Amino acid sequence: MVPLNWYLMLSAVVFMIGVFGFLIRRNIIIMFMSVELMLNAVNISLVAFSHYLQDMRGQILVVFIITVAAAEAAIGLAIIIALFRNKDTIHVDEMDEMKG
Amino acid sequence: MLPELFFGYFAAVIVFLSVIVITRRNPVHSVMWMLLLFFHIAGLYLFLNAEFIAAIQIIVYAGAILVLFLFVLLLLNLREELRAKRFVGAWPAGLFVTSALLVIILSVLKSFVPGPAGKYSIEFIKQETHTKALGKLLYTDFLFPFEIASLVLLVAIIGAMVLAKRKTGK
Repeated sequence: MVPLNWYLMLSAVVFMIGVFGFLIRRNIIIMFMSVELMLNAVNISLVAFSHYLQDMRGQILVVFIITVAAAEAAIGLAIIIALFRNKDTIHVDEMDEMKG
Repeated sequence: MLPELFFGYFAAVIVFLSVIVITRRNPVHSVMWMLLLFFHIAGLYLFLNAEFIAAIQIIVYAGAILVLFLFVLLLLNLREELRAKRFVGAWPAGLFVTSALLVIILSVLKSFVPGPAGKYSIEFIKQETHTKALGKLLYTDFLFPFEIASLVLLVAIIGAMVLAKRKTGK
């Protein structure tokens, strides 16, 4: 039997790779994919918890997370298309109109 | 021994592919590697007796979200992107912050104490079948969140259409 901690470690490692990717890349598509990576890492730990605690609610939460991820991908990619149409780039350093 | 080997293979491939995904220069290659990554995550779900979740992982993530990514990449011009610098200059700082956070999380994991086990044991799920057990719970106890999820999808559909629509004339 694989211990629960192994799954949690895997989840933490994948989540941190996602955070790292979000921090170091400036291509907005790759940054977006890093976010998906983080969501998947959380899903792994939720399914592992659900299996080891013999409770279905973790998997219910995964269903909702996948729903929100799909909605987020649709909206985010629409925003990227609109940005590209106006700015002709997907490099986030060149999107500085708001001077933030 | 065999389960550990199985988990070891999946964990190693998932970590390796995650690193590959965030370091590729060409986003199309990233999407392709991510497809493989999602299949391996689905395999891990099967390993955890969550076959319905594995199925929707493949159908929704690999089938829908990644195809959406690919379509958007085809609409964008990647020529300049391929010539731009791949990482930000301060990537060692990012590596330091994330590895420090990782060490903190991994050291905290040791003190995790699992709560009491629920009634969905493997025997119960085997008898009831997984999809039926999940569906029953989803349509009784979680009916209200389920309806909200459908509303979220509706908002996403309308929002995506409004945002991506080309403005015709002023």
